[in-house]
Amino acid sequence: MRRMIGIKEVEDIALGAAVLGTGGGGDPYVGKLMAQQAIREHGPVELVTADEMAPEDMSVAIAMMGAPTVMVEKIPGGNECVQAFKAVQSYVGKEIRYIYSIEAGGINSTIPIRLAAQLGLPLLDLDGMGRAFPEIQMVTHNLFGITATPFTMADEKGNSAVLATIDNRWMETFARGIAVNMGATAHIACYAATGAQQQESAIHGTMSLAENIGKAIREARTAHTNPIAAIQQTTGAFVVFHGKLIDVQRRTVAGFAHGSAVLEGIGAHSGTTMNIQFQNENLIAETDGEVIVSVPDLITMVEEDTGEPITTEQLRYGFRVLVLAMPCHPHWRTEQGLKVVGPRYFGYDTDYVPVETRFA
Amino acid sequence: MWSLSHDDVEAIAIGAGILGTGGGGSPYLGKIRMQHLLRQGYTVDIISLDELADNALTCEIGWMGAPTVGVEKIHAGDEAQWALAALEKYVGQPLDAILCSEIGGSNSIAPLEAGALTGKPVVDGDAMGRAFPKMQMSTHFIAGVACTPAVLVDEKGNAILLSHMTDSFALERFTRDLCVQMGCTAMLALPVMRGIQAKATSVPGTITLARHVGEAVLAARASKDSVVAAVLAITGGIELFTGKLVDVQRLTARGFARGELVCEGLGADRGEWLHIAFQNENLIAWRGGQASRDQVVACVPDLICLLETDTGEPITTEQLRYGLRVTVLAIPCTDQFRTEAALKIVGPSAFGYHDVIYHPLPKQAGMGIQ
Amino acid sequence: MRIGIDVGGTNTDAVLMTGRTVVGWAKSPTTRDVSSGITNVLQALLAQTQVAPQDISAVMLGTTHFTNAVVERKSLSKTAVIRIGLPATSALPPYIDWPEDLTAALGGVYYLVHGGYEFDGRPIAALDEDEIREAAQKIHASGIDCVAISSVFSPVNPDQEKRAAEIVAAEIPNVKISLSHEIGRIGLLERENAAAMNACLSHLAVRIVQSFRDALAGLGIQAPFYISQNDGTLMSAEFVEKYPVLTFASGPTNSMRGAAFLSGLKDAVVVDIGGTTSDVGVLSQGFPREASISVRIGGVRTNFRMPDVLSFGLGGGSHVKTEPLEIGPQSVGYEITSRALIFGGNDLTTTDIAVAAGMVDIGDKSRVAHLESDLVVSAIRRMAEMIEISVDRMKTTAGAVPVILVGGGIILVGDSLAGVSELHRPEHASVANAIGAAIAQVGGEVDRIFSLDAIPRNEALEQAKAEARARVLESGALPDTIEIVDVEEVPLAYLPGSATRIRVKAVGTLAVD
Repeated sequence: MRRMIGIKEVEDIALGAAVLGTGGGGDPYVGKLMAQQAIREHGPVELVTADEMAPEDMSVAIAMMGAPTVMVEKIPGGNECVQAFKAVQSYVGKEIRYIYSIEAGGINSTIPIRLAAQLGLPLLDLDGMGRAFPEIQMVTHNLFGITATPFTMADEKGNSAVLATIDNRWMETFARGIAVNMGATAHIACYAATGAQQQESAIHGTMSLAENIGKAIREARTAHTNPIAAIQQTTGAFVVFHGKLIDVQRRTVAGFAHGSAVLEGIGAHSGTTMNIQFQNENLIAETDGEVIVSVPDLITMVEEDTGEPITTEQLRYGFRVLVLAMPCHPHWRTEQGLKVVGPRYFGYDTDYVPVETRFA
Repeated sequence: MWSLSHDDVEAIAIGAGILGTGGGGSPYLGKIRMQHLLRQGYTVDIISLDELADNALTCEIGWMGAPTVGVEKIHAGDEAQWALAALEKYVGQPLDAILCSEIGGSNSIAPLEAGALTGKPVVDGDAMGRAFPKMQMSTHFIAGVACTPAVLVDEKGNAILLSHMTDSFALERFTRDLCVQMGCTAMLALPVMRGIQAKATSVPGTITLARHVGEAVLAARASKDSVVAAVLAITGGIELFTGKLVDVQRLTARGFARGELVCEGLGADRGEWLHIAFQNENLIAWRGGQASRDQVVACVPDLICLLETDTGEPITTEQLRYGLRVTVLAIPCTDQFRTEAALKIVGPSAFGYHDVIYHPLPKQAGMGIQ
Repeated sequence: MRIGIDVGGTNTDAVLMTGRTVVGWAKSPTTRDVSSGITNVLQALLAQTQVAPQDISAVMLGTTHFTNAVVERKSLSKTAVIRIGLPATSALPPYIDWPEDLTAALGGVYYLVHGGYEFDGRPIAALDEDEIREAAQKIHASGIDCVAISSVFSPVNPDQEKRAAEIVAAEIPNVKISLSHEIGRIGLLERENAAAMNACLSHLAVRIVQSFRDALAGLGIQAPFYISQNDGTLMSAEFVEKYPVLTFASGPTNSMRGAAFLSGLKDAVVVDIGGTTSDVGVLSQGFPREASISVRIGGVRTNFRMPDVLSFGLGGGSHVKTEPLEIGPQSVGYEITSRALIFGGNDLTTTDIAVAAGMVDIGDKSRVAHLESDLVVSAIRRMAEMIEISVDRMKTTAGAVPVILVGGGIILVGDSLAGVSELHRPEHASVANAIGAAIAQVGGEVDRIFSLDAIPRNEALEQAKAEARARVLESGALPDTIEIVDVEEVPLAYLPGSATRIRVKAVGTLAVD
């Protein structure tokens, strides 16, 4: 199945991607403008489902890597993704026919749209996370044995690198260090995958899901129905807290924005406090010391009136938010998946409990 | 051209230790591995810069990392081959010869090992004529040779190719952090340059020079003559001081051993003290009182070498300790480091000593480091 | 005794207050030179209340002049933007997300030059002074003398912006420079947008502030005078000359605080109809609801801390065009008393329509008797629709909501509006802005770098808060009214000692009367 993505669709995708971004994933505004600029220059992008690929057709993922706090300041030069793409194509040694997103949550939903427009290639309706995650090995393709190598990186100054590592976890370590030295933002091309590999290992339909979420919010706002309800209808999200932000702590450590946010309950949640820990993305939500939602399930804060998702770098004292939780993709709930993205990987001494068991 | 022998390796290790000016890591492990390879039948041909074809493709091979780790985490042995293969794949052509990046310390032997395992000749020259702590401190890069492509490999098989870096300072930053992540030892192969570039910008004949210095030391020990005199006869330069180490202060920052030592004078130097600041390699030497630095007597880029007074054995920064009897030599550096542009990168101010002015040690034409 | 003045597009309003009591009020048309209108209204006010100039302890002024200029694209100076950030940032050049007509009004001139800082303080590229000099020369040659300078991570390190300013000032005599790090927070596009808008208002700012000064001096009023800024707190005249963009939302803030004060309502939609524009905001627990993430001014995205306000071009002086029917956004503004039909002029305005419809009796109604009743009815309906649509966009429930009408243009509104449960027109509603200015608070801000290795974070925050409170006290606030309204932290990764930039703002009620 195929359809076109133009300026308007990018608006919806960027908004829906911000919901899937779980507080991280970078500033959707900058990514959206970059994708729209490329569409203006090169024309709309064709979105295709994975079954349109021949089994041996080659695709590659393109993304930006780095600290969101830097991405709103140091806007890209413009050609970095093409540089990274050309480098990876020469290492793969065959023509790459499809572009895809490894992370539909946040800016990495729109960077692939930009590259697809610049190259005139189709974009696949899938991704590798179903949300956003902080580290590069946290991709379902990794669970199915697809290597991130060859992994190319480019920055706006002309620095570029090609990485060949013994596993994807090492890739994260080296790539992150290079990204920090590039100024905490870098464009990457990686996880080259054939049509057959995509069928098996990708999370299908995420680009369309992002678009549907964005569209639902937009339509709810126009019709003055509840945008939060619209998000819930499209994603199955639960409202787990309603509160006002009373404290936010942030520090940039080795390229990640680590921190925590404290919410004072409002309305039905008066008298309780929620603490949310994040590492770019929201990881753990606790009330009164008890973990109530954790990775890999999605935790997103949205503005109480408009449903506008809030990234961790936008958090400010006084904001009034609803905390939404959504179930993650089943690939992440396997034993192997939880080793890669469960709470214990992030250093939290708690076992994963699917959000729907607590809230259904 | 000459072919490397067991005794050559012995001599090169000593000479390289002296030219290491306290840094560069101990050549010991490299020496025994190289001798082991020779026993197994590997050979290494060493060619002069003149013998290198103008359009030949070469690259430097060397280790990066903390010497204290290198003595523990001994390398796998395949790193040089992996590094060269990665570069050759990127360039799309085989490389014709291997260069030495740093004659001081263990990096004198690394290219010889690489040459043995790949069957490629090793060029008699390097990019420093001594040892230095940072990537940008290279005659090649100072002269404008591009510092990329560069490959970093570890013993596990990870390989990072830096296809382009804005300059050698950027290269230093990226590779230093990657090296730390690899566990503080990594093999570097960089950059790919033509023979004509190597000829114009390398310090010539330094492998032979290291060998001659080592041979002179061995001969002096055997005949009970002055080792110091034997060294200076090859390298030029002067004996700065003889004394006893009475104070050593060290702090390790970001992979570098920075510090200061104080020597109390013996013999002709009785009643005076010598202070030396180092950052892996020895940087500045001052003559003065016990607690005062009165006069700079030698500084980078010239070489300041510490030898054990009795044996002439070179002393590395990690070996410094109270009570050692040392003789300090100052040896003139390569002319390529003495230009105004080079001094910004390898002179005292590059190490933070903005009020120290470099006065080049007098050199005799044709003698020592060119 | 203090005086609150609101200089709107059409009318200049003044109130005299003592404590919470309105002693008197007056309205006078805004004049082209601005100061005459202020003089006129103050003369009227002093005559009415018999108060002597020396009994006035403070004058607080709010104005929508600068917002109107941007919304109407009038009186804006041609401006050039110099952005320091190559090789980064070229993917999205300046003005990328601006409405075309506003870009055209400023001229759309920009230069991208090398420089900017990485997050850790390292330069992205060395500053190329010749590049900047060349750009400045080109700007000068094109006759532009307003320049905005932005640079990547300048709130963390402003050195390059300052150096660029020096170079530009050396090339362009009497240039007006706006530096982004003085105006905005982290977020390059939003901060650069604010600096560009500030720059294009610089000439207007000097003229307007001088006219305020002249007016007060002419009446012998020697009390300190303040101008209200975005968050409703007061700033000095000198500050406004440099940073006119900081007054952008002061009008809506003042009108909402005035509306809350007058109506006694804590939760309602406030519609402030002025001479040129209307602003719709939401009162939530007595305070204006804040825009949470970004606010668009004149269609341009900024990240000021501001009330969430929807502005649209309907006011008492708005032009009415027929066939097809169009209301505004152009307006006769303060020239209404000479240009509207009812005052003997030739322009058909919304006030003329209101008079023709019998909603209000001012001017000479015979001059609008000729208007066709179809036109009058549809124009009234259209104006009501414009307000209903805007109220609808701002409210957050589908049901009807209470609305407080304030501002001089409320004569345009009938007795009811669709979607509105109660329509309030409190006493003194027409001068709600001036009242809001008069009850405005004074603010004190602290913006310092703390080393969190030297003192723990909580202590640094407490210190900063205490300092901010002390500053507010120094500015003359009543001690028991002082509260902290904003706290912001920016970690500075490149400085040793876990350096963090902490900014705290406190406000208090001015101890006057």
